[in-house]
Amino acid sequence: MSVMSREETEALINEVLEVYPAKAKKDRAKHLTVNDHEVEQSKKCITSNKKSLPGVMTIRGCAYAGSKGVVWGPIKDMIHISHGPVGCGQYSRNGRRNYYIGTTGINAFVTMNFTSDFQEKDIVFGGDKKLAKLLEEVETLFPLNKGVSIQSECPIGLIGDDIEAVAKKATATTGKTVVPVRCEGFRGVSQSLGHHIANDAVRDWALDKRDDDNSFQTTPYDVAIIGDYNIGGDAWSSRILLEEMGLRVVAQWSGDGTIAEMELTPKVKLNLVHCYRSMNYISRHMEEKYGIPWVEYNFFGPTKTDESLRKIASFFDESIQKKAEEVIAKYKAEYNAVIEKFKPRLEGKKVMLYIGGLRPRHVIGAYEDLGMEVVGTGYEFAHNDDYDRTIKEMGNATLIYDDVTGYEFEEFVKKVKPDLIGSGVKEKYIFQKMGIPFRQMHSWDYSGPYHGYDGFAIFARDMDMTLNNPCWKKLQAPWKAEAAEEAAVAASA
Amino acid sequence: MPNVMIRHNEGKMTLYVAKRDQEDEIASIEFNSDDSWGGTIELTDGTKYYVDPLDAPPKLPITLRAKRG
Repeated sequence: MSVMSREETEALINEVLEVYPAKAKKDRAKHLTVNDHEVEQSKKCITSNKKSLPGVMTIRGCAYAGSKGVVWGPIKDMIHISHGPVGCGQYSRNGRRNYYIGTTGINAFVTMNFTSDFQEKDIVFGGDKKLAKLLEEVETLFPLNKGVSIQSECPIGLIGDDIEAVAKKATATTGKTVVPVRCEGFRGVSQSLGHHIANDAVRDWALDKRDDDNSFQTTPYDVAIIGDYNIGGDAWSSRILLEEMGLRVVAQWSGDGTIAEMELTPKVKLNLVHCYRSMNYISRHMEEKYGIPWVEYNFFGPTKTDESLRKIASFFDESIQKKAEEVIAKYKAEYNAVIEKFKPRLEGKKVMLYIGGLRPRHVIGAYEDLGMEVVGTGYEFAHNDDYDRTIKEMGNATLIYDDVTGYEFEEFVKKVKPDLIGSGVKEKYIFQKMGIPFRQMHSWDYSGPYHGYDGFAIFARDMDMTLNNPCWKKLQAPWKAEAAEEAAVAASA
Repeated sequence: MPNVMIRHNEGKMTLYVAKRDQEDEIASIEFNSDDSWGGTIELTDGTKYYVDPLDAPPKLPITLRAKRG
């Protein structure tokens, strides 16, 4: 059931597009659509992964953000060098809340910022020497690091430094993995290409390191969690469920992950892919090279978690399937209590989402478990295969927007009037000032984890805490509220 | 000449074009016997690709060079 009819939603899109010049209007119209379950392929109704229109506000990131921030950054025992000017690394440092276990600065380095701090002379004379020196220094100061990744920022590609040669030389002297990643920010249209480049770098420089080494004791129940970045501890609350059903989690990619785990991943029996967008490339590679099947799963909300646990168990023998049922049964009372408590407070509320990666479709199930309805969703940097999957998850005649602009999003919100918005920090204060409850869904608004049954309890609490916060009633000045009330009384009399 | 990956996905044979993020079910393959495999591949949405015929059915998934068919 949708709040607006198809015609109304279409009219809304047209109305919002009205202000653009003809050319911009034509371009933006392709990125906005009304969901239609009858459409099999999203390419027929929505265009995605295209360059943002100059002059509009987009909230996309760059390839460096996709590689350093998302894929490589959370690997805790490696040092990730932001190679180039200091800002890119410093202003994105410690923002994503990828939790990890370890002593920062001793054997874990996630929240630290390592940079080659390019100056004018490095641009003019090249930065390879500086990088080589940096790699030496890092080895002296942090001898317990297990490897280094060199994350290029824009100037590296522009001046044509040969970071691969420096990396090979450093590997030869230290014997540790040094990965050059060509993730200059100007590549591609969004962070999405950064994910791809990072995946390719893993494939070319790290993944096959232990192919000839069979000393690792495998079991028939080895799995790897792929594409879970452990935001607020997400991977941990997923991992316990998998372990309870008898599987052995060999690797976490890449939240709380290590380089050793990455190297062991080709030895697992099944890859569990949570974030399809950022890690499907490496999963496909492992399927082809090592014959490891992969399966997408969704650990948001009990309905989807149940489904996913059964789906994962179907790849294994009956003992695992039996244990999966036991796990589901065990948590049933727990999550039913959560639903019972929060559903009456949240039922019927409308939600609009605009996030990246997997969440615009994955969290829909969790909201539905709480009786809420997602009336609009969209991705910053999705490709058409993401929208293929989204169409099935979303209700008919709901809004879908790709790389939505600041203006469009605001107008949609004004018209659709959702009760809650889930998006990033750049949108947060705009909508809060408009008086609409808001959750920052990139890093769970400093809360989390949201994955698994344990995460669902936190998710439900957070949504309730935000939506039913008394502050939303105080937004109007008291004298104005009184005037409105009086007018209403006068009108009714 | 895109690289395409042919794989099994939930029992169906699919063709994945990385450059276009397109993964669609294969409707028909021109040669699909024990001694030859490949040729024109038609997808369910009507798109056609041509891969040089192989001598035997390959072990899937496999990445191949394909031409627009």
